[in-house]
Amino acid sequence: MDVQLNHIVKTYNNGQVKAVNDVSFSVAHGELFGLIGPDGAGKTSLFRILTTLLPPDSGAANVKGFDVRNDYKEIRKRVGYMPGKFSLYQDLTVEENLTFFATVFNTSINENYDLIKDIYDQIKPFAKRPAGKLSGGMKQKLALCCALIHKPEVLFLDEPTTGVDVVSRKEFWEMLKRLKAQGITILVSTPYMDEASLCDRIALIQKGNIMSVDTPQNVIGNFPTTLFAAKAKDLYKLLKDFRSDESVDSCYAFGEYVHLTLRGDRNEDAVLHKLVATYQLQDFEVKRITPTIEDSFIRLMRESETIAK
Amino acid sequence: METTHNHKAIVCKNLTKQFGDFKAVDSITFDVDQGEIFGFLGANGAGKTTAMRILCGLSYPTSGEATVAGFNVYKQQENIKANIGYMSQKFSLYENLTVLENIEFYGGVYGLSRSEIEKRGEVMISTLGLANEARKLVGELPLGWKQKLAFSVAIFHRPRIVFLDEPTGGVDPLTRRQFWDLIYEAAADGITVFVTTHYMDEAEYCNRISIMVDGRVEALDSPGNLKKEFNTDSMDGVFLQLARRAKRS
Repeated sequence: MDVQLNHIVKTYNNGQVKAVNDVSFSVAHGELFGLIGPDGAGKTSLFRILTTLLPPDSGAANVKGFDVRNDYKEIRKRVGYMPGKFSLYQDLTVEENLTFFATVFNTSINENYDLIKDIYDQIKPFAKRPAGKLSGGMKQKLALCCALIHKPEVLFLDEPTTGVDVVSRKEFWEMLKRLKAQGITILVSTPYMDEASLCDRIALIQKGNIMSVDTPQNVIGNFPTTLFAAKAKDLYKLLKDFRSDESVDSCYAFGEYVHLTLRGDRNEDAVLHKLVATYQLQDFEVKRITPTIEDSFIRLMRESETIAK
Repeated sequence: METTHNHKAIVCKNLTKQFGDFKAVDSITFDVDQGEIFGFLGANGAGKTTAMRILCGLSYPTSGEATVAGFNVYKQQENIKANIGYMSQKFSLYENLTVLENIEFYGGVYGLSRSEIEKRGEVMISTLGLANEARKLVGELPLGWKQKLAFSVAIFHRPRIVFLDEPTGGVDPLTRRQFWDLIYEAAADGITVFVTTHYMDEAEYCNRISIMVDGRVEALDSPGNLKKEFNTDSMDGVFLQLARRAKRS
C-alpha cells in the first residue's frame, strides 16, 4: 500500500470543529483513487495531513511506508502536491516557476521532461508569460507540471478540476490516466460526482466521515432498491407532488428527469400507475435505471443523517 | 414591482466589449423573458463574466445595445443596480456579521424601510428554517446554508432579475437540489433568473440556455431543442461539441 490512514482525526478551534472524523482507508501502488465530496467534507485536511503539512490530532498515517509525523522529510521527497488554491509564484513566468520547483527538488526540467512533455507542450507557447496572467486551464496545467517535475511516486491533487469547464475537465482526466499508466499512484479529490467513475476506487466523504470506500461499480451496485427516472410536462409539479406522497421514499431532480425510489415492497408498477392517476401528470414517462454515483451519494447522506437524528 | 410595457427582462443587440484588439464579448444578441430561468453557459474564458458585468451595470460595453429591466446599460447603470439582485459562489454575504445583520445591511442598501426589513426578514428566516441561527455569524454556517441564505438575500428587495454566478459550486448534491427549489420558487414569483453553472444537469433545469464560445453566443434554445439540434441525448454532449470549436483559451 502506498498510502495508509488509520483512524485519523483532525479538529480545529480547540476541538470545536471536527474536520476529519476517524478516517481509515488505503491506496494501493499504481492506483487512481478519488476522494469524492462537497466543500467542507474534510478533503483538504486529509491532503494536508498526508503531505505532512498538518499533523493529525490522533490516528496514524503513512505514505510509501513513511510515517507522516516522524518521517516527513522522506515523504516530501517522494510526493507531488497540487493544492486546491493556485499556489505558484504569480510574478514568475511559466518557465521560471518550473525551473524553481525543479531546483528545489535537486533536479532539472530536462531530467524528467518525458513525464511532463504532454502537458507542458500545451503551455510552452506561454513560457515567458507570468503565471498570474494565465487562464484557469493553463494555470492548472502548469501547477500539474510543477507537482510532477521531480518524478514523484505519489501524486496528491486537491480539487484540480473545480471551477474548470467540462472540456478542460475531460482533458485533465485523460492526463491523469496517462500518468497512472506510468506507475504513479494518484490520490485526487473532486466535488464532481461524475468524475468518480474515472477512478479505480473512491471514498465518498461528507462532514469528515467516510460513507463508503469501494470501486465505483460496487458503490453503484450496492444501491439497495429500484431506482426510477421519470419525467412529465411540468417537472417541478411532478417533483412537488411525488415528494408529498407517502408511497414515494425519495425524489430528486436529475437533469431533465427526476430520480425516485418507492417505499416498501408493494408492486412497483401498480404504485407508479396510481401516482400518475392521482396527480394527473401530462406526458408522463418512467423507466428503471442504473444509479449514478450521485444517486448513491445522496442515498448515503440521507441514511447517515437519519442515523444522526 | 413596477410593470413596464417592455416585458423582456433583458434585451441585448450586438453587444460587444473589446480590450485592445481582444473581443471578450463579440456582438452577442439575445433576450430574456420576465420570469424565465435563463442558463448562461460557456467554457472558461468564453466571455461570460465580461458580459455579466455589463448586464449588472458594472462595466460599459464598447458597442451595441442592451437594456436590463428596461434600463440602458450605458446611461442608467444605477437604475439597473437597484432593480437586480446578484450572488456568486465567491462573495455575497459578510461572514463576520450575523444572519440578521446581513439581512438588515442588504435591506438598507436597497432602500427598504426598517419595518419592511423586519417583516420580510422574519418570513425569510422561518422559510429557510434558520430561526436558531439568526444571531449566529454567517461564517459559522455550513456552506449549503450560506448559499441558500445568500440567494434569499439577493432577492430580498424583490428585484426583477437575479444574476447567479456559479451559485452551487462545491455544494453537496442534496443542497444543490434544494438550492434549485429556491430558484424555481423565485421564477414562479415572476423573478427572472440568469444563472451560470458548470453542472450540465443544472442546464436542464433552465427554460432556455445560451452557450458562449470565444465571445459569441453559438447556441440558444431550450435544452430539449438543443439536444435535438446537436443530435445528442445529453447537455454534456451539446456543450462538448460547441466548446471544442473554441480557438482561444
